[in-house]
Amino acid sequence: MSEHSVIRVESLSKTYDSGFQALKNVDLQIRRGEIFALLGPNGAGKTTLISVICGLVNASTGQVLVAGHDNVREYRRARSLIGLVPQELTSEAFSTVWDTVSFSRGLFGKPRDPAHIERVLRSLSLWDKRRNRLITLSGGMKRRVLIAKALAHEPEILFLDEPTAGVDVELRRDMWEVVRGLRERGVTIILTTHYIEEAEEMADRIGVIRAGELVLVEEKRELMRQLGRKELTLQLREPLERLPEALDGRRLTLSEDGQALIYTYETRRNGDDQTGIAELLADLDAAGIRFKDLHTRQSSLEEIFVSLVREEA
Amino acid sequence: MNLESVRTIYVAEMARSLRTVLQSIVSPVISTSLYFVVFGAAIGTRISEVEGVSYGAFIVPGLIMLMLLTQSVSNASFGIFFPRFSGSIYEILSAPISYFEVVLGFVGAAATKSVILGLIVLGTASLFVPFSIAHPLVMLLFLVLTALTFSLLGFIIGIWADGFEKLQLVPLLVITPLTFLGGTFYSIDMLPPIWQAVTLANPVVYLVSGFRWSFYGMGDVSIWASLAMVALFLVAALAVVSWIFRNGYRLKP
Repeated sequence: MSEHSVIRVESLSKTYDSGFQALKNVDLQIRRGEIFALLGPNGAGKTTLISVICGLVNASTGQVLVAGHDNVREYRRARSLIGLVPQELTSEAFSTVWDTVSFSRGLFGKPRDPAHIERVLRSLSLWDKRRNRLITLSGGMKRRVLIAKALAHEPEILFLDEPTAGVDVELRRDMWEVVRGLRERGVTIILTTHYIEEAEEMADRIGVIRAGELVLVEEKRELMRQLGRKELTLQLREPLERLPEALDGRRLTLSEDGQALIYTYETRRNGDDQTGIAELLADLDAAGIRFKDLHTRQSSLEEIFVSLVREEA
Repeated sequence: MNLESVRTIYVAEMARSLRTVLQSIVSPVISTSLYFVVFGAAIGTRISEVEGVSYGAFIVPGLIMLMLLTQSVSNASFGIFFPRFSGSIYEILSAPISYFEVVLGFVGAAATKSVILGLIVLGTASLFVPFSIAHPLVMLLFLVLTALTFSLLGFIIGIWADGFEKLQLVPLLVITPLTFLGGTFYSIDMLPPIWQAVTLANPVVYLVSGFRWSFYGMGDVSIWASLAMVALFLVAALAVVSWIFRNGYRLKP
């Protein structure tokens, strides 16, 4: 067991009463202080996994350790470390922002600390709204309130279930800032999302869950390096009508207007010129094809993700 | 014991009813007054006395019980149903608190409200008819135990209900009829013998009778039977609540 892992999920399975198996033998370790993004299509089991860890759903088999505490037998110690921001915007419509956030702190058994509540509200730009009733707030503001509630008891681990679903771009950027700020203070963050952009922007590591199985857990950079394809585009001096025969057999395509050649290669073959670029350029030279410009592009996490989910579906 | 958490739930629940003070306090007072006008004045002129007590005074304990039962059930059921309905229950389920503490917070608050309400109804009644309380401590004991028991029942209903209509179903179809048929407005001696026997199967008879005994020293059944019945209810309600939490019924899939 790694001393760095703050959450250990071991052989976790969940079958609902309906017979639906939402989680299949999931093993996962979350490292202290990291931002972990759980990616997966709708219904893949993201929320169920979070719900089991946070104590909202009973596991069928397997166990969860939070900082070494079993989340069933030692639920008090395990749960007191965790803050949860749920996917649905739920709230006591008629209470005020201040009251509902203070309620959350008290519910977790922490003594009153107005200074902390104030800090939390200010960090989420909620201070001016503290006397507003929740029912008067916009969706984005309600989302912030839910985050404030989760932070009210100073958790070491924060779960964000689809934190930016249905949130406008500006607020999304704000929220990313908040999450980064939390990480700097040492809070471990686990977020689920189906915005790949979000995972790409934020995460240190990424897990992909599909049909209840964790199909992959990897450092984001490693993931992109391993699975990423690169594309080399050569802007030609003179357009070509078709690919010269000498270049057959390479993964080359000619753009429709004949102005560019596109070569795709996998970065996992990196090193020792396994990309084949040098040979390609030599061959082009030999064929008398000259180019005026070139650029390369790495595939985004989104493309990786889509291909991964498709490949195994 | 996580007292801070219990206190937090309790205070929040009490605050919720302060926000709806009109609904939770004014309306019971008004309906009690109406009962007095209709039953006390209209019927009371025809039935002068029941077992040596004026009819107006006779119905006071029954009326308080009627309020206590219906308000306990509706307060407690709404208190736990609403977070389930809105989804904010997630926070309670993910908090480091035991089920016992959750029940203590919610049911404690609901029962407190009912007791306060019972006392308000008692005060309102004293404006209409003169009456005395022979055994004030027993009266308070009945008040508290009944409020607690029926708040537990309300809590169970609030967890069982999957919609607002079910939330209304039990108070409307079970509690109110049983209370009306439970000797609230009459002594069961006034019934034909066959109905007297049937009525004894109505648990509310024991509550009303015991409560009335604490006022006037007389009841349809013995005070010990009444106390035993309240205790039995309390234990049954506690058993169901602890079963609910052990099995995660309707709370935790």
